[in-house]
Amino acid sequence: MALEYELLNENVKKCQYAVRGELYLRASELQKEGKKIIFTNVGNPHALGQKPLTFPRQVVALCQAPFLLDDPNVGMLFPADAIARAKHYLSLTSGGLGAYSDSRGLPGVRKEVAEFIQRRDGYPSDPELIFLTDGASKGVMQILNCVIRGEGDGILVPVPQYPLYSATISLLGGSLVPYYLDESENWGLDVNNLRQSVAQARSQGISVRAMVIINPGNPTGQCLSEANLKEILRFCYNEKLVLLGDEVYQQNIYQDERPFISSKKVLMEMGSPFNKEVQLVSFHTVSKGYWGECGQRGGYFEMTNIPPRVVEEIYKVASIALSPNVSAQIFMGLMVSPPKPGDISYDQFARESKGILESLRRRAKIMTDGFNSCKNVVCNFTEGAMYSFPQIRLPTGALQAAKQAGKVPDVFYCLKLLEATGISTVPGSGFGQKEGVFHLRTTILPAEEEMPEIMDSFKKFNDEFMTQYDNGFGYSRM
Amino acid sequence: MRRFVISQAKNLIDQTRRRPLPNHKSLRLLSLAAASDSAPVLSSPRLFSSSSDMSGSDSSSSSLPVTLDSINPKVLKCEYAVRGEIVNIAQRLQEDLKINKDAYPFDEIIYCNIGNPQSLGQQPITFFREVLALCSHTALLDESATHGLFSSDSIDRAWKILDQIPGKATGAYSHSQGIKGLRDAIAAGIEARDGFPADPNDIFMTDGASPGVHMMMQLLISSEKDGILCPIPQYPLYSASIALHGGSLVPYYLDEASGWGLEISELKKQLEEARSKGITVRALAVINPGNPTGQVLAEENQREIVDFCKKEGLVLLADEVYQENVYVPDKKFHSFKKVARSMGYGEKDICLVSFQSISKGYYGECGKRGGYMEVTGFTSDVREQIYKLASVNLCSNISGQILASLVMSPPKPGDDSYDSYIAEKEGILSSLAKRAKTLEEALNKLEGVTCNRAEGAMYLFPCINLPQKAIAAAEAAKTAPDAFYCKRLLNATGIVVVPGSGFRQVPGTWHFRCTILPQEDKIPAIVNRLTEFHKSFMDEFRD
Repeated sequence: MALEYELLNENVKKCQYAVRGELYLRASELQKEGKKIIFTNVGNPHALGQKPLTFPRQVVALCQAPFLLDDPNVGMLFPADAIARAKHYLSLTSGGLGAYSDSRGLPGVRKEVAEFIQRRDGYPSDPELIFLTDGASKGVMQILNCVIRGEGDGILVPVPQYPLYSATISLLGGSLVPYYLDESENWGLDVNNLRQSVAQARSQGISVRAMVIINPGNPTGQCLSEANLKEILRFCYNEKLVLLGDEVYQQNIYQDERPFISSKKVLMEMGSPFNKEVQLVSFHTVSKGYWGECGQRGGYFEMTNIPPRVVEEIYKVASIALSPNVSAQIFMGLMVSPPKPGDISYDQFARESKGILESLRRRAKIMTDGFNSCKNVVCNFTEGAMYSFPQIRLPTGALQAAKQAGKVPDVFYCLKLLEATGISTVPGSGFGQKEGVFHLRTTILPAEEEMPEIMDSFKKFNDEFMTQYDNGFGYSRM
Repeated sequence: MRRFVISQAKNLIDQTRRRPLPNHKSLRLLSLAAASDSAPVLSSPRLFSSSSDMSGSDSSSSSLPVTLDSINPKVLKCEYAVRGEIVNIAQRLQEDLKINKDAYPFDEIIYCNIGNPQSLGQQPITFFREVLALCSHTALLDESATHGLFSSDSIDRAWKILDQIPGKATGAYSHSQGIKGLRDAIAAGIEARDGFPADPNDIFMTDGASPGVHMMMQLLISSEKDGILCPIPQYPLYSASIALHGGSLVPYYLDEASGWGLEISELKKQLEEARSKGITVRALAVINPGNPTGQVLAEENQREIVDFCKKEGLVLLADEVYQENVYVPDKKFHSFKKVARSMGYGEKDICLVSFQSISKGYYGECGKRGGYMEVTGFTSDVREQIYKLASVNLCSNISGQILASLVMSPPKPGDDSYDSYIAEKEGILSSLAKRAKTLEEALNKLEGVTCNRAEGAMYLFPCINLPQKAIAAAEAAKTAPDAFYCKRLLNATGIVVVPGSGFRQVPGTWHFRCTILPQEDKIPAIVNRLTEFHKSFMDEFRD
């Protein structure tokens, strides 16, 4: 056999990505057998019934089939502003959706992204430092590929984290340097934890090169305060780290105490010397927010204080992939410059968007409250993003049963949950957690009208499970 | 001065003690200090070589974590000429042309550097785009007016596809290998093409064929001791990907004199040489039809290659993205899977990965980023790893997936759109064949130029016998001779081609790659300008 398992790149074997791992595969098997499965393993809104926004789909449909624009009856099917916008985006391409664009993305769309960033933050943004990518994940991989030279290079990653980071660092042969978020402080980030993690890594000979923040957090949902962001940026300045700001959930905010504020804005506001010296790469996407266009694969990253020659190298590597897909670039353009008041499609667009965001806010609360009403379950409020990450305090009996079944305790729990209720979640071990403390991640995306039933189903399973395994010997907990 | 230099050196040593990897600047100062005095010197620092020179702005920002000398050296090492230096110059010229029209002997830049048909006027296939539009905005399917604007079979196909997507949600992440129903259609298409069954579970859909190639390189390469046999000349995705993954490219030379033929003796020779150097050769990459060389392999040749891979325990990576671009009646495309199966080699006998894309053929949908790899002959534990890699990126874009399924199962006789589909397809293919012939003939007429015919793909790769004077002038300009020629060509005519050194070639030979893609009406002007330029170039440099 030319290719045996033993001969594979070790880095590939080591990497893990639980979001589509064991639980998901088991759920898919059960689905094939006819069981009704509620997939809450991935932030995939449209798969759970969220409808796409009408306006962007109209625009992109016209871009897919430009000959429609020549048909005198096109106005019967498409509003005038969608038609105008389709013509606008087609004019930005050099041959429509079917031609490779500039490897960094269409200049016209990057300009619109820059204008969006400027409006959002109040500071200028350079389109030349914005690269569009096939999803934000590809951008993260490109930047980490640039930063990681070998296992001597460490990347600070929050625990719990979205496992794209751990998987990519593994694949690239680097070292993950964890910093723990504090569950008892609403998943807060304590700079002292950061300092400890860095010191420990350095004592092991690791060169810590970058720090990842996910804001709002995934799976934890917390929104960083401005003060926190300042501390982090100052920390990166002192420790010479490039900050990777994963801000893909910036439009998913469910409380008013801590609105989203971008890392770039805080950095610029800090003034000299920080604003000219701290290196920052910020990531965004069309997959989340109220758009939820996961299947398009559209994202971008913006670079701040990255030397021109390094930007060139990143461009060079991007050019090997030729170009990001053009339809998604148009979705990105539309996302950053949506219909305005006065536009024909504005009312419908505003109605659809508002409807989705308000419902997400309600579902965040329903889920948090639902989990908190369950025996041995404690759940921090979902301040932002799309997930709920309850802590499940497993009794010793359950830990023993898991061991006997050869499963990690939260995997054991989640498999039982799946089999009993059809709810497919991701065990907390897929995201990292403190030793001996167990969680699961679910999304807040199931349809609002189905939520009460889902939470009832969960409570019934959980409370029965706890009773079954409760032998009075204590529980897992922080 | 000496005290200043020593104290500077001491400062840098202190700084570099905090960061283990020194930059070039500190090394220079350290050696100054060492020469003049017994100042302490760091024990042999690791120097990362860089292909670019140290510019002031980068070395002065040595306090930043991410600078040219501290990024991944594999990134610095890899090259991709298709969008390299020549293209950057062309883009600057194009900008300047807008304001300085009269400064140039041409009025437009013609990009012949990249296989990007729709950027040069090729139209997409109407039926495919109708289906995509309907899947983009599914509300259209509920409107009666839609029937007036779309063909009936495109509406039917859109319904069929949407029924295969859970919840008809085209905006949702799909299965990480691609939507099952679409993979079924692709498998059926492969079976119809080859006469041998294909399993939808063997198919991994990707954003273009290139990510599939990267995945395989990632899987196969653990260190520079792992080698991949690649054709020379090759499409530089392979060399770049191998460099990025830290492996070794093991070249095998195609024979220009015999129409870019692939000799097994050459494969054997290169394999043995690599092994003698301690390299474990893991795979053989074959591009058929070839890029940049355009040759279509004879079936007998393919059988030899399959046998070779089986005998030597190599994975066969078959880049077949140009399978629908064959322009000569005496050659036909045969997939390596078909060849292997017809030799009696099944799943247990040979590891084969076949790559296909929606970017080429007659559909030319580069910007949609669609493609797949069909992975056969791997054990399930290896396939699990491929699945895992695919899952980290969740899935490829849905629109590209839909298009890939359409490409592999286009309209059939009797379908409403069949006649117009066939007319569009044959129009494009016959025009490509015509342009291939016209440009090939024109190139062969040039002094000192020989050009093999383009049997397939989208390129011509002429060999220029550059006079010594030209080579000397290139050296003086610190440019590779073929790049020197291509830059002169660009500046004189506005035509952008890629120097052969971007694809590698037999040392001492010079080529350039030119696409056959400009529209037919532009071809005469291109031929004239190229001919005129070449004549004046030879007049200037003739020995």
